Amino acid sequence: MASLKELKGRINSVKSTQKITKAKQMVAAAKLRRAQAAAEAARPYAERLSGVMASLAGKVSGDSAPKLLAGTGANQRHLLVVVNTDKGLCGGLNSNIVKAAKVKARALIAEGKDVSFYLVGKKGRAPIKRDYADRIEKWFDTSAVRQPGFEEAEAIADELIERFEKGEFDVAHLVYPIFKSALAQDPTVDQLIPVPSPAKGDGAAAGGDAVVEYEPGEEEILEELLPRYVRTQLFGALLEREASEQGASMTAMDNATRNAGDLINKLTIQYNRSRQAAITTELIEIIAGAEAL
Amino acid sequence: MALHFELVTPAKLVRSEDVHMVVVPGAEGEFGVLEGHAPFMSTIRDGAVQVFKTEGGAPETIEVRGGFAEVGENGLTVLAEHVEG
Repeated sequence: MASLKELKGRINSVKSTQKITKAKQMVAAAKLRRAQAAAEAARPYAERLSGVMASLAGKVSGDSAPKLLAGTGANQRHLLVVVNTDKGLCGGLNSNIVKAAKVKARALIAEGKDVSFYLVGKKGRAPIKRDYADRIEKWFDTSAVRQPGFEEAEAIADELIERFEKGEFDVAHLVYPIFKSALAQDPTVDQLIPVPSPAKGDGAAAGGDAVVEYEPGEEEILEELLPRYVRTQLFGALLEREASEQGASMTAMDNATRNAGDLINKLTIQYNRSRQAAITTELIEIIAGAEAL
Repeated sequence: MALHFELVTPAKLVRSEDVHMVVVPGAEGEFGVLEGHAPFMSTIRDGAVQVFKTEGGAPETIEVRGGFAEVGENGLTVLAEHVEG
């Protein structure tokens, strides 16, 4: 049985933990709204871009298609771009992303492919390093900036494209969380490079029957467009990550606050009982002493 | 009479309005877009997009970097990577 003083200490320590989790929850709730707004604001650009891509990709096909669209022709070396958060305190989000990445990696290795990792964000490093220490190619640090913006996406995309052009890998996959709600963030695996051909049906609809004039030429435009598309894809992933992190953090911290409250209640009851027991014992002692006289 | 003009960056939808004419700095030269322009697509070089709200009025200039312009049935869409100001 813990002494009264010890119990009091524990109650106080749980109380201060609760204060921290509550503050973090409120911060996450405020940030979530901003992150969601940012994710929504980015949508028009992505939509227009993929619309244009679809109409162009349908026209430029065969041998003339750029490498980013057609691929290297091989399918041997795979690169997994895993987007994790920089900060913890967001429940199972990071371990879910890592799990999805590892499942994909295992499937590819089982097929006899070479797999390497390109990690974005701090929290994916340790768990992936544990299993695939020799396969990690690079870490991209996003923890220095408060809110990853288009510059970071641009930097990542440019580096990926450069490596691709050099022939360091054949296929790149992007692993990132998709923000569904504060309760659900689904880790998703998408093919990033070569750019997957958009559905042909959409292309015909978007292009219509009208003859579109291109300047300079269709292929030149497509060549400009593809890196931009990769960048947008990464930017979208970063924004989704941001929203997911705040959402997951809000839920996790809400749970933690509630658990702390329960614990405080339990400890308080225990504390009161012990105190009562001590008082009763004291009384008995006094009465017994009085009777003995 | 009015041309629907949209300027979009990855971060947000900067403009979406009906204007008279827009002059876009295309990769092979500037071109002006009025209502009813034939379908057209071009990459753009870094420069200023000039937006004429009314005929003969003073243009509003928006500096853009990197991207392309698309003219379709629904008007002109400029997709730019960066917009200044």
